[in-house]
Amino acid sequence: MQRRRKLGRGVAVVGAGMSRFGMFKDADSKHLFAEAFNEMLATVDKGIDPEDIDALYLGNFTNDFFINQGHWGPIISDLLGITPKPATRTEGACASSALAIREGVFAIASGFYDVVLVGGVEEMSKRTTEEVAQGLAMAASPYEVKVGFTFPGVFGAIATAYFAKYGASREHLMNVTIKSHNNARLNPKAQFNVSIRDIMNQRIERAKNKGEPVPAWGDEKEFLRDHRANPVVAWPMHLYDCCPISDGASCVLLVAEEIAKNFTDNPLYVVGTGQGSGKGLHAKEDLTYFEATRYAAHEAYGLSGLKPEDVQIAEVHDCFSIAEVIHIEDLGFFKPGEGYKAIEEGLTRLDGSKPINTSGGLKCKGHPVGATGTGQLVEIWKQLRGEAGERQVPIKNLRIGATHNLGGTGGTCTFTILERR
Amino acid sequence: MEVMPFNDISYERFLKEDKLMGSRCQKCNALFVPPRSICIKCHGTEMEWVEMKGKGKLVAFTCIAIGPPFMMKEGYDRQHPYVSGVVDLDEGVRVVARIDGVDGSKPETIKIGTPLQVEFLHRGEADSSKTFLAFKPL
Repeated sequence: MQRRRKLGRGVAVVGAGMSRFGMFKDADSKHLFAEAFNEMLATVDKGIDPEDIDALYLGNFTNDFFINQGHWGPIISDLLGITPKPATRTEGACASSALAIREGVFAIASGFYDVVLVGGVEEMSKRTTEEVAQGLAMAASPYEVKVGFTFPGVFGAIATAYFAKYGASREHLMNVTIKSHNNARLNPKAQFNVSIRDIMNQRIERAKNKGEPVPAWGDEKEFLRDHRANPVVAWPMHLYDCCPISDGASCVLLVAEEIAKNFTDNPLYVVGTGQGSGKGLHAKEDLTYFEATRYAAHEAYGLSGLKPEDVQIAEVHDCFSIAEVIHIEDLGFFKPGEGYKAIEEGLTRLDGSKPINTSGGLKCKGHPVGATGTGQLVEIWKQLRGEAGERQVPIKNLRIGATHNLGGTGGTCTFTILERR
Repeated sequence: MEVMPFNDISYERFLKEDKLMGSRCQKCNALFVPPRSICIKCHGTEMEWVEMKGKGKLVAFTCIAIGPPFMMKEGYDRQHPYVSGVVDLDEGVRVVARIDGVDGSKPETIKIGTPLQVEFLHRGEADSSKTFLAFKPL
């Protein structure tokens, strides 16, 4: 039974910032968070004195493992000069900072705090790919790890079940990849801000310069079908179905609704928030949906009084191409088994009726896991305020946006709905 | 004889003896593989051990080209992917397992719905020995 929830008082977003996402040899977690924080401060239209921040909630998943340093709450509060204000780390694998958002919302809604900084950080690129895979596997079900499943493997298996049930194929997943790259091309903060076409042209140019045979790809799908250009990681997941290894940080400033106008005339209001938990692959009744997402969505829609059709744009957790297809169904944007068709028809493109992952998504913007949840909110902040530049969606009267974050193999899923009034 | 606790350590011990074991809730009859000590259907805590016959069907799979070190040590690599999958047992429950006896480099030859038979893969020596749950086509 899922009861209808309510917030004790309203919560608004009045600032949002992120570092560039990518693989950085010369930037560590503190450097990246400082970048995100400084950008956030600059977005608060009427300014904010950091001394006024009551508390910090910070998402981080693997810094203990990757850089042998845990306990990131106080490291970051000290970095920002806001000690002795409380700093709490949240962990929900790849949804760690979405949990920070929820803690911040609850803390303000309860009346306890008025101004809360929520964010996330992750530093992953200083390890080998194998070590990163091993670190991330800490978020999978132990049974899966023991029989050789990797993260791409889990989503690969989910894809085969989806294909078998609905008649979709790899060709359909390529539409997700092509769209993500087209969007990221317009996002200067994205790790891969190039289209697939750009990548093809670069390769062709390089081959010509080296006097090597010039690849003859007719279109993007031919490139993605070429196993040299796009090798298997965990079939049917190929390299271009998978998000990269990334470093990055992001943060958002939450305040009580009644003081929001002290910070900006154009705040966003957190009208819906939901979170669910899910089981391992073997215990799922059906591999083609995530029960945790459906629960989170139901909770958030119930709180907001909104329906899936009211959500005009969304950032969803496309850690793998198949994941985006499933999420847009679980969130109610499209019927089960219809998501891949909607993508093929272009409905989720920047100029479609329901733009999804305008930032380029995890696939292209990058996925510094703990920074992803608040990073998604940064994109919605920009879009709803009309500040997304070249990738601004052309929807008139854009008011409602949402973010969906997934941790592990669906163990933790969240859904957050934002409104511009 | 004392009943083995319904946990993952017991489950792994049974695998070493070539037994795929689950727990059955004595209150509501729900079956769980691997075993659970708390029934997720009725929240009952009285369990009994049940051995699976080891027959089932493939419901999902993946051919993994980049795997963890313990799999790479067995000789799998980008040219020789291994296969992991989800198997629907005849008893009506599912397990995750390695899928043996199929060619991971030819995924198009692996079909969902294929009838499978359990297999226990013993790897390593003495104290460091491990048993992997696997299934192969019947």
